[in-house]
Amino acid sequence: MTTVDTETAGRRSGLALVPSDPEPQKAADYRSDQEVRWCPGCGDYIILNTVQAMLPELGLRRENIVFISGIGCSSRFPYYLDTYGMHSIHGRAPAIATGLAVARPDLSVWVITGDGDALSIGGNHLIHALRRNVNLKILLFNNRVYGLTKGQYSPTSDRGMVTKSSPVGSPDAPFNPVSLALGAEASFVARSMDSDREGLAEVLRAAAEHRGSALVEIYQNCPVFNAGAFDALKDPDQSLRRVIRLRAGEEIDLGPVGEDGRGTQVVARDPRGRLAVLPREEADSKSILVHDPADEDPSTAFALSRLSTQDLSCAVTGVFRSVSRPAYDDEVRDQAVLAREQHPPSIEDVIAGGDTWTVSERSER
Amino acid sequence: MTVVGIDKVVVRFAGDSGDGMQLLGDRFTLQAAAFGNDLATMPDYPAEIRAPQGTVHGVSSFQVHFADTDILTPGDTPDVLVAFNPAALKANVEDLRAGGVVIVDPDEFTKRNLAKAGYERDPLTDGSLRHLTLHRVAMGAITLGAVKPLGTGRKDALRSRNMFALGLLSWMYGRPTDGVEHALRAKFAKLPTVAEANVLAFRAGWNYGETTEMFATTYRVAPAALPAGEYRRVSGNAALALGLLTAGWISRMKVVLGTYPITPASDILHELARHKNFDLLTIQAEDEIAAVGAALGASFGGALGVTTTSGPGLALKSETIGLGVMTELPLVIVDVQRGGPSTGLPTKTEQADLLQARFGRHGESPVPVLAPLSPSDCFDTAVEAARIAVTYRTPVLLLSDGALANGSEPWRLPKIAELAPIDPGFATGPNATDDSGDYWPYLRDRETLARSWAIPGTPGLEHRIGGLEKAERTGAISYDPANHEAMVRTRQAKIDGIAVPDLDVDDPDSARTLVLGWGSTYGPIRAAVRRLRSAGRAVAQAHLRHLNPFPANLDDVLSRYDRVVVPEMNLGQLALLLRARGMTDIVSHTKVTGLPFKAGELEDVLMDLMEGVAA
Repeated sequence: MTTVDTETAGRRSGLALVPSDPEPQKAADYRSDQEVRWCPGCGDYIILNTVQAMLPELGLRRENIVFISGIGCSSRFPYYLDTYGMHSIHGRAPAIATGLAVARPDLSVWVITGDGDALSIGGNHLIHALRRNVNLKILLFNNRVYGLTKGQYSPTSDRGMVTKSSPVGSPDAPFNPVSLALGAEASFVARSMDSDREGLAEVLRAAAEHRGSALVEIYQNCPVFNAGAFDALKDPDQSLRRVIRLRAGEEIDLGPVGEDGRGTQVVARDPRGRLAVLPREEADSKSILVHDPADEDPSTAFALSRLSTQDLSCAVTGVFRSVSRPAYDDEVRDQAVLAREQHPPSIEDVIAGGDTWTVSERSER
Repeated sequence: MTVVGIDKVVVRFAGDSGDGMQLLGDRFTLQAAAFGNDLATMPDYPAEIRAPQGTVHGVSSFQVHFADTDILTPGDTPDVLVAFNPAALKANVEDLRAGGVVIVDPDEFTKRNLAKAGYERDPLTDGSLRHLTLHRVAMGAITLGAVKPLGTGRKDALRSRNMFALGLLSWMYGRPTDGVEHALRAKFAKLPTVAEANVLAFRAGWNYGETTEMFATTYRVAPAALPAGEYRRVSGNAALALGLLTAGWISRMKVVLGTYPITPASDILHELARHKNFDLLTIQAEDEIAAVGAALGASFGGALGVTTTSGPGLALKSETIGLGVMTELPLVIVDVQRGGPSTGLPTKTEQADLLQARFGRHGESPVPVLAPLSPSDCFDTAVEAARIAVTYRTPVLLLSDGALANGSEPWRLPKIAELAPIDPGFATGPNATDDSGDYWPYLRDRETLARSWAIPGTPGLEHRIGGLEKAERTGAISYDPANHEAMVRTRQAKIDGIAVPDLDVDDPDSARTLVLGWGSTYGPIRAAVRRLRSAGRAVAQAHLRHLNPFPANLDDVLSRYDRVVVPEMNLGQLALLLRARGMTDIVSHTKVTGLPFKAGELEDVLMDLMEGVAA
């Protein structure tokens, strides 16, 4: 395929074409006049506050930011942000956002979705947005349950989960959203938690800067229908033993910090090449994994995503993968630019189509 | 040798779907166009790309009607059939008029080929073609001889048989040939041997006609007296694509086509994908839903969002069209109708999506519906659809169909500079009427009821829209009962109030019977009406281009006639809508064969009705 400047496009920031605001902004600038109507204790509040605090840091003109959501509790999100926004229909936000991002390179386009919206009814649009690498930042609020429809199991619910629609337990096997995104060729994949404001903000900033699709899975507590689903990760002591925080260029470890300031457990390759969590002293130092999200080969990122287990005995957070590849919307626009350079548009010529004939005033019979 | 002047002729080429019938028909049509005839064409091909060779269901055909007067249809009954194999003969011979000419290659009528076509006896010898004028021309063998100097293999050489037929027919009808050789060399510029083979075969066909004494007569069809101007030939899909492109041009809006390939609409994508030098982007989406979603997303950004599909795709887009109704954003949805339900008849035509277009969404969800009446009218209708979509901030449904999409006719080129511009009128500042300094996205234009439209990137007008019910004016979420009642009625009133031209009636003889059609039936209805009038019968004709809202004078017009005959390629969908308006004297005449009406059959139906015979 011919492109104008694929390489530069691949490297430039996700915000490169979005006009910046010389005036400093505050979180309050991003609060809309709408009353926030999530249930008390909902993880969405923390995510909203984190996003409202993070957006001013991007220094973009507020009118050039758009949030598009699907349907579900999380999809009410755009109403509470004083940017442009659309609360669309169930599962279709990535498709709608794709059209917007392609048409308007000067916008920072965010998609707000949930586990049901993105992975069930909208699964097709999600994987294709990631495959195409459209310049969208997709925040997937994963509370492992359907909230808005009052508590049915979702595509990330535990097998056997008892809900109104699964009185003897859900027979469905859950998705691992990070694994799914990596399988769909996503160029940026991260995971965070509602309770981890700092980690979430960090990941969101990195996502915003990334040119192409960014998928950020956010573990989010639903206090009504799946209360405490992620509590094991929130208890400081438990969290230490369960949560792996990925940091580029650093050894991947967890567990109580030893005297050397490092985690007592590490992620290393076992003799068969698989990743395993094992005590540091048992690991050959050469086999300890150093995190490289820019690795072109997604297999290590995928292996890391598989360390996360549905029962949360291990949860990997941070940026799994952040690689540079041409963004779909850049490619589409570059084709148009090239076409215009080669053939300046003439509507008359196109209408005539090349094969015309003239009928004069008095045609001979 | 006699040369006979005739006013029109209908020629049909038929062969295997790999035999190059569409190319042959296309070239022959271009010759007629270049010569100045009026013309109409109808390709017919199987849904399978390469159906089993030599079988009846693998037959592809191309019919062209050219004349010295303006004509309206591709013709009911071919005068000439060129059949490249027994299956092609079998599939088409019954359509020929009595005394019509059949040209066959006798070498193709082998035992094996006859069996594949399902012939028990050889039709060339069993007398079944007695009523026709049969010419046996060894098209394959002569073509092989003609291209022999090129050293081409037998199989490749035989591919040029279609150009032999073009040469022979060109001779028979005294068609200009200068353009043909040039065009063939251009088409096969990268394959010079193939180009040469085609040229040699073409010349062999012409020479065959001239030197053998098989054909005692040749025919001449004079140029037609068409309105003065510059013309091209255009298919419905091409005209529609150009109309969308033009709508972008005159509105200065970026056109974003979100679409998913589907027969018979894909050629609109193919055409537009070639014109990315314009302010136009095409997105081949992952499915029909994503396609319309991307179009609506682009519209949200201030572009002219367009999606193109056929019936099954329209069904999938319903929910997003509903979102377009709720968010009141411009969106053009093109449905090139085909035989349904379900996969139905993908390559055949039908008009059975009218009710889906009008009502196929949940809730009270009105959208304007337009239907072009001829291939070239697809251009004007596309521009009109875009104009309504932008002016009234609404999804608009355009109902083309398979017959229009693939049919073609001469088109007098429109003068783009004379088209009225389309103005999106984006909001640039706060508009609240309460001195709050706020921006109210649902504040409406008093005349059109169109809402205010601010696009992302406009400072100070940040707002959120969505599928939830909106409060009047402010556009905030509202569950208020009275507000919902008001909004439902307002959305309906906006569509009902769209400015639509009055229905024109052609009624020179103060007839008592009116024929009312919509969409692609215009050609055959018009032709039937002409025939009836030349037989001394008074019959009035009107054709609906706007199916929602209907022209304001519709009820008036219809009430002037004793009976209104409504021919449709469905089971009476327009008739149902008219009866719902309280009209009782509707005679619904319907047909669902996947093929367009013939002028003759409509003439018979109308004649019977006017004679008082039950139809």
